[in-house]
Parts: sequence; structure tokens; C-alpha cells
Amino acid sequence: MIHRISTLAFFLFLITSWEAASRSGLWSPVLLPSPLNVLEYMWQATWDGTLWTATLVTMQRLLLGYGIGLLFGVPLGLLTSRFRILQDTLGLLALGIQTLPSVCWVPLALLWFGQTEAAMLFVVVMGTLWSVLIATSDGVRSMPPIYLRSARTMGSKGLHTWFNVILPASLPYLIGGMKQGWAFAWRSLMAAEIFVTILTGFGLGQLLQYGRELLAMDQVVAVMVIIVAIGLLADRILFSPWERFFHKRWGTGSMN
Amino acid sequence: MSLENELANTAPERIEANNITKSFTTERGKVLALDNVSVKVGEGEFLCLVGPSGCGKSTLLNLIAGLDQPDSGQILANGENITGPGRNRMVMFQEHALFPWLDVMGNVLFGLRLKPGLNSKERREVAKYYLHLVGLEKFERANIHELSGGMKQRVALARALAPNPRVLLMDEPFAALDALTREHLYGDIQRIWEARRKTIIFVTHNVREAACLGDRVLLFSPNPGRIRAEFRIELPRPRDINSVELARYSTEITTALKGFTAGQGQEASE
Repeated sequence: MIHRISTLAFFLFLITSWEAASRSGLWSPVLLPSPLNVLEYMWQATWDGTLWTATLVTMQRLLLGYGIGLLFGVPLGLLTSRFRILQDTLGLLALGIQTLPSVCWVPLALLWFGQTEAAMLFVVVMGTLWSVLIATSDGVRSMPPIYLRSARTMGSKGLHTWFNVILPASLPYLIGGMKQGWAFAWRSLMAAEIFVTILTGFGLGQLLQYGRELLAMDQVVAVMVIIVAIGLLADRILFSPWERFFHKRWGTGSMN
Repeated sequence: MSLENELANTAPERIEANNITKSFTTERGKVLALDNVSVKVGEGEFLCLVGPSGCGKSTLLNLIAGLDQPDSGQILANGENITGPGRNRMVMFQEHALFPWLDVMGNVLFGLRLKPGLNSKERREVAKYYLHLVGLEKFERANIHELSGGMKQRVALARALAPNPRVLLMDEPFAALDALTREHLYGDIQRIWEARRKTIIFVTHNVREAACLGDRVLLFSPNPGRIRAEFRIELPRPRDINSVELARYSTEITTALKGFTAGQGQEASE
């Protein structure tokens, strides 16, 4: 309860100061829209459907790109962790590419795929895949080898070991990797949507970009708020329950 | 296979290691962990392997477990070559090696699930039997991290016993525990050994512990790893770690141990 109150108080304070700053008249409303203006825009854009459509388009792209990133990242990460040759090749490549901000893929994606959904998807996958691969591989390699020895003495081998020892032992790292992958996918997609203007779908990033072009700061800020909200919500729904479960089972982290 | 069959005592196994040599390559060069070592362990015998660290006693245990292969020599279980790990020889490690993603019951069931011939209800019965045997029947739903060090080793013991192996290989299982917990476990392990009639090979660097538990104690020396002496502990069971007779044996063994490690500056016993 105390936590809730302090959270609420903090954000109330933040919004009040923001409102006060915009009312002080020190900055032009074009540069600093008031929270009320932002809310007004949100209200109107929700009713005319702009926000819904944009969010839906963005989420579709995100889930598809993230899904593909996981689909390849996790198995490749598992393989990389177990085979030295893959570690020295694919692992190194992943480590290198991971340091590349995914927006750097945009020029190449535009040349290869043009102004298409494929270009956007490509950027998101590139943003997700490598970090998931590395997190998975690191997770498996940090597993104490005694688990494997112990499992072997009990008669576990091959696929049984993979599914009953290696995978569960590295699950906390895997979830960590998936969470990081999600954050990376989200960032990549926003970069892609801002830079790749296409007609097949109008996402949140594009809404943000048009807001800038029209000098509609209330729109820009509203979209930013929504992006943050979706990020928080996804964390709460997709990852927090898992993390809580692991903390309880493994006895890691604090319990509150 | 019925539940009664499963819980019935299996015949303990005879282990025979003949002329075992095993070396490791480390950063400092080649280490001869075992140099032409031969050991015979009788059916149902409690054998303790004692020696300073690096004397090859754990290496020998791993070879018997089938987790590793010797460079030369052969290891036989009831006359048959050991080629890999097997359900008849279960291992208890110094670090409990329990799986943190499973609860206590899940850990005990792990080995049982890999054993054919039982349905899931029977497996749970078997697991409960062994949890009861180690005194943890009330903790089957507990998470591993919620248990004390001693309780973890009890779960590890139940997990090792559950598939009803003929041989129990214990690699310094009590080394990380406090003295009081250890004393309890000495009593328990003797009681369980009497009840379940296993062949037990027990590795330790604690001389008193070896004298308390073993029918026979083999003394190892390092560089290269060899067996240097053998002691037969002729004391009635259950033995008390603090008894005077036991102290006499442990002094005798410690003296021998000091004798051959004198020049090497090795810390030998506790």
C-alpha cells in the first residue's frame, strides 16, 4: 500500500510540475504542451480511432518480428552454448552485431526491401535475434556443470537432459534474454517506423514522426506516453509473473 | 515391477578396480591423479577413501561412477566392465547438486522417472518412502533454497537412494556442513546403510569421519595418487564419532597420514 501511494504521489508531482511549467508561459506551447493538451489529443485520437489503429499496426509488427527473433535466437543460442565451433563463429558474430544499434540496419533494409513491411520486419528481427541468442547462450553456459554430472548418474541423456536439465536450469537467463529482446525489438521498431514511411500501415512511430512534421507536440508527447505505457504493461504481463516465480523457486532476488 | 519389489533391498554390488591409471593435463602440466591403483570393495561393504586433496580419491570415485574413463586398467561391478554411469551406482556430491527448478519431491522423483517399470503413483510412494527415511517427509513441497545445508544433503541422499542403487558413491558429502549437523548425519547414514544394505564408497578428508563410518579405510597419498595404507575398523555399530575407541583409530590413521605427507607440506586432516 505504501508503495502504491509513493508511486502515485511521485507521478502526481511530476504531472503537476509539468502543468505548472507549461502555464508559466516561459516556453511556447509548441515546445512544451500542457499535460491537459496531451490528454485532450489522446481522448480525441482514441475516439476517431487513430490511436487504436496505430497501436494495432505497431503491435502486429512487433509481435511478428519479436516472434521470429525468438524462434531463431533461442535455438541458435542453445546450439552456440554447446558447440565450441559455433561459439567461436556465430557467437562472435552475434556479439559484434549486437553492439550495432538496430537503426543502423535501416539504410540497408530500405535498399534491399524498399519501403515495405519486409524492411521494417528485417530491422526488428535484426534488433532482437542477436541479443536473444547471446542471452540464451550465456545462460546455458553459466549453468553449474554439476547439474549435468548429477543428471547423468541418474540416467539422463540426450534430449531428456536438454528438456529436463539444461533448459530449466537456464530458464531464468532465458527470460532475462527474452525481456532484453523485447526491449530491443521495441526500440528497433520505433526507429524503423520513424524512418520507413510506408502506406501499408500507419504505426505509432509514424504517428510520432507526423506529429513532429506538423509541429503537433501534444501528439508527439501523447504517442511517447503510449509507447512507455505499452512497454510497462508488456513487462508486467509477459515477464513479471515469470520472474516472480523464479525468485520464489530459486530463492534469488528480493521478494517484494 | 510392483511397489514391494521396488522397495525391497537389492543385492549390494561388488566393485573391483584393477591397476587404474588416470592423469589430467592442467596448466601446470600433467598430473598423475591415480598411479596403478587397485581396490576391491566387497558386497555391502562401507569403504572410506581418505587422503589430502589432490590424492586422486575423488577421481577414483568418478571413475567408479562411470562419469570418467581411466587411461588404463579396468573397473568391474559384479564382474562386468563399467562403461558409463548407471542406475546401480548413484552418486552424492559435496555440493548437493539438487535442481533448484524442482521442489524436494521433484528432485527425488528425477531419477525415479528415468527408471522403467513404475507408474507415477508408485513413483510418488517410493519417493515418499525415502523422504521419510531421511526424515524430510514434511518437506516434499519445499523449494531447495528454503532448506538448510544439512536438509539439502538429506534430500540429495534420498534422491540417490530412490532408484534403489546397489552402490552409493559419496564424494565428501558432509564437508560443507557444520559439526553438529554432521554428527546427526553420521548416525543417519549408518542407520540407513544397515536398513538398505548398500555397498558404500565414501570419500572424505576427515579422518575421524572415515573411522566412524567405514568398515575399512584406505589412505591415499598424492603426486602421484596411490594407496598407502589400509585400516580395518573393528568397532560395533552404531558408532559414536566422539567415542574413545574411535579416537584411537583416528589417531593411528592420522599418524600414518602425517608420516607420508611430512615432506610435502600438505594439510592432511581436519
